[in-house]
Amino acid sequence: MNLIAEMVAWLTTAEHWTGSGGVPVRLLEHLYYSGLAMLLGLLVAVPVGVAVGHTGRGSFLVVGAANALRALPELGLLILLVLSMGIGLLPVVLALTVLAIPPLLAGTYAGVRNVDRSVVDAARGMGMRESQVLFKVELPNALPLVLGGARSAALQVIATAAVAAYVSYGGLGRYLIDGLRQQDYAQMVAGALLIAVLALVVEAALALLQRAIVSPGLRGGARRSPTVDVARSEHDAPSTQRPPAPELAGVER
Amino acid sequence: MVWEWIPRNVGVLVELLGEHVMLSLVPVLIGVVVAVPLGWSAHRSASVRAVLIPTSGLLYTIPSLALFVVLPGILGTQVRSPVNVIVALTIYTVALLVRTIADALAAVPSMVVAAATAMGFRPARRFVAVELPLAVPVLIAGLRVATVSNISLVSVGALIGIGGLGGLFTDGYQRNIPSEIVAGIVLVVLLALLADALLLAVGRLTTPWERASRVARRSRA
Amino acid sequence: MIEFRGVTKRFPDGTVAVDKLDLVVEAGGITVFVGPSGCGKTTSLRMINRMIEPTGGTILVDGRDVTATDAAELRRGIGYVIQHAGLFPHRTILDNIATVPLLLGWSKAKARSRAAELMEIVGLAPEMARRYPAQLSGGQQQRVGVARALAADPPILLMDEPFSAVDPVVRESLQDELLRLQSELGKTIVFVTHDIDEAIKLGDKVAVLRVGGVLAQYDQPGRILARPIDDFVDNFVGRDRGYRGLGFLSSDAIPIGELPTIALGEPVPDDDAWVLVVDSEQHPQGWLNGAERNGATVVEADHLVPGGSLYDIGSGSLRSALDAALSSPSGQGVAIDAEGRVAGSITADDVLRALDDVRRDVAAA
Repeated sequence: MNLIAEMVAWLTTAEHWTGSGGVPVRLLEHLYYSGLAMLLGLLVAVPVGVAVGHTGRGSFLVVGAANALRALPELGLLILLVLSMGIGLLPVVLALTVLAIPPLLAGTYAGVRNVDRSVVDAARGMGMRESQVLFKVELPNALPLVLGGARSAALQVIATAAVAAYVSYGGLGRYLIDGLRQQDYAQMVAGALLIAVLALVVEAALALLQRAIVSPGLRGGARRSPTVDVARSEHDAPSTQRPPAPELAGVER
Repeated sequence: MVWEWIPRNVGVLVELLGEHVMLSLVPVLIGVVVAVPLGWSAHRSASVRAVLIPTSGLLYTIPSLALFVVLPGILGTQVRSPVNVIVALTIYTVALLVRTIADALAAVPSMVVAAATAMGFRPARRFVAVELPLAVPVLIAGLRVATVSNISLVSVGALIGIGGLGGLFTDGYQRNIPSEIVAGIVLVVLLALLADALLLAVGRLTTPWERASRVARRSRA
Repeated sequence: MIEFRGVTKRFPDGTVAVDKLDLVVEAGGITVFVGPSGCGKTTSLRMINRMIEPTGGTILVDGRDVTATDAAELRRGIGYVIQHAGLFPHRTILDNIATVPLLLGWSKAKARSRAAELMEIVGLAPEMARRYPAQLSGGQQQRVGVARALAADPPILLMDEPFSAVDPVVRESLQDELLRLQSELGKTIVFVTHDIDEAIKLGDKVAVLRVGGVLAQYDQPGRILARPIDDFVDNFVGRDRGYRGLGFLSSDAIPIGELPTIALGEPVPDDDAWVLVVDSEQHPQGWLNGAERNGATVVEADHLVPGGSLYDIGSGSLRSALDAALSSPSGQGVAIDAEGRVAGSITADDVLRALDDVRRDVAAA
């Protein structure tokens, strides 16, 4: 188990934790790009997902876009943007944001769409205005799937931020790339471990967040990956279909 | 952007494409074979489920590059070996599909399963003849996600030298040829969309009853 | 009071769901819209609170055109109960019920205390307040739905097949609850159902609608049963309408005969006749068949044959009287008073003779 010993040795070397190439700095860089990308992704994806989910128009576009964007190779996108814009924060964050959008969009759309139609009908029937229906009823009920999408997006972003090191940018990926160039296997593996641990910690934190802000009345059910749900809703699997409510045909607002 | 290099290098492109297809497809095939029995046991036994599902979640969380780097140490292979990429992607595929299959089997109406048992199906035959076909729609949805993800992730392998079409990215970067990168992106996306469409078609073909109910629903509306 | 004046709803694809409906829903009673699928009953209901907008005609609530008021404000003044309750899964039962008061601007404390009151009124245990809809049964959810609709004390309540999704036993108790509530609150209720029996049981007036949204007959349920206006209504009302119609005829004229009783624990009479057995409070327990007494000396519960239905002298109808007589193993129906004590006997002959008298009275009216 030479590998583990080497990795531990690397991790316990003090100088690896200090200076501009030290773990804390790289970690913060990594979190910085990821956080920025998530923020931008949320700003773009959530309004679109909510709008399409609420009105039901343009769903085909959303589902198609989410699927197509998932096919986009992160490395290629990153490199292309860097070549066009030069090395810097903008291309990296832009690439990460583009990758964060599909799961966020899919999650938000699926979340809003899957809110029971009779709950929305009851809300309108009681006299809530459209904005109230959206904010007081649809969004809280969409939260489990939206947060599921956010968790997928966060993982995607953290994973891709590791790749940013290839274009000479910072982040924990530097240990992988530098290690590869220097044939320093211990560094590579230590870097890989750090990235994996970061991902797990962020995932756990988001899971706790989800537990904290989602209403207890909604627990148990909506924890599946939103990407599969979106694919499923376009496929009309019968077990997830609710019988169409005939009285809701022709409702006008 | 310059595009003249393309006709001259069609052979290389085809070779990279072939490598990419192999690297993304093999994990999916192995993944399905491994995940189906695992997913089935997770479905049948709550204790198995309690172990497998969180573990899958954990594995899926690990970023691909990290996995590509760590596996050689565990497997004893060279870093720059296709086996790393294939094993890593297989792990992802299995992690994703175990969850999907367990959910898909859970989605089969329990009354149908009970009826099958009452008619005299033994568990293995019942699984193959009743549960699996009905689980296909969700399974296909999961397979589409896994396949598209894999096709995209293979290109990351270029960073350790095994990346199929990803090689176009690293080469294009080093030689500063943006068109090469664009070509790579386009090819990867097309490949992914093609695979997605094929799987969708396979899904529709293997579930003729879904088609019928879709038609019925449309005519009723 | 709700008035439909020539109300029509034509959908964009050409279907006419409601065709020039003219109807007045009287205040303070339960009006039921009933009919087969496609008769426009739900559409008509949903036009009252503008969930669907009419394409022709007007609807007036207490003299005011519904389109004159802002839709959201109109709806806050009308209670709305739908088939699957539509409870907010993300809010507790208490907060669900408090929704409209909060929309109207009540303080949270006031809204919640009102919600707690309503929980009691609809028969929900107080510990349910902090639970979530997913933890409740279908019947309980429907009660919450009704409580939620009543929270802001609206004069009008719209109910769209509220009890169709629960099982028959629960449905019956919910229907009885509604009747009890209505006797206390006196709301104007418009109730939609496809079940004619539910319509007859609940409605003060029943509107039978035809496919295509045309009103077939609008009258008190007893009169619809007695005089259906055409074949469609006759068929829709179903079989046994003669027998069911008896439920609306008063039984005051029926003479109550003597009915000797014997209490549990007393000695068995040396007689082959049937005798009614009661407990110490004169509540009927069952019948003792003298012909099969088989040497029993003391009347015990094991010897008893279960009795039929009971006829309540105060609130019973010809139908319950007839049923008491027909379902009794001895041929004598048991009549009870308001406290459930045996008051006498009733025979099928008595009922049929009284029926003749009643029909003569009705024809004369």
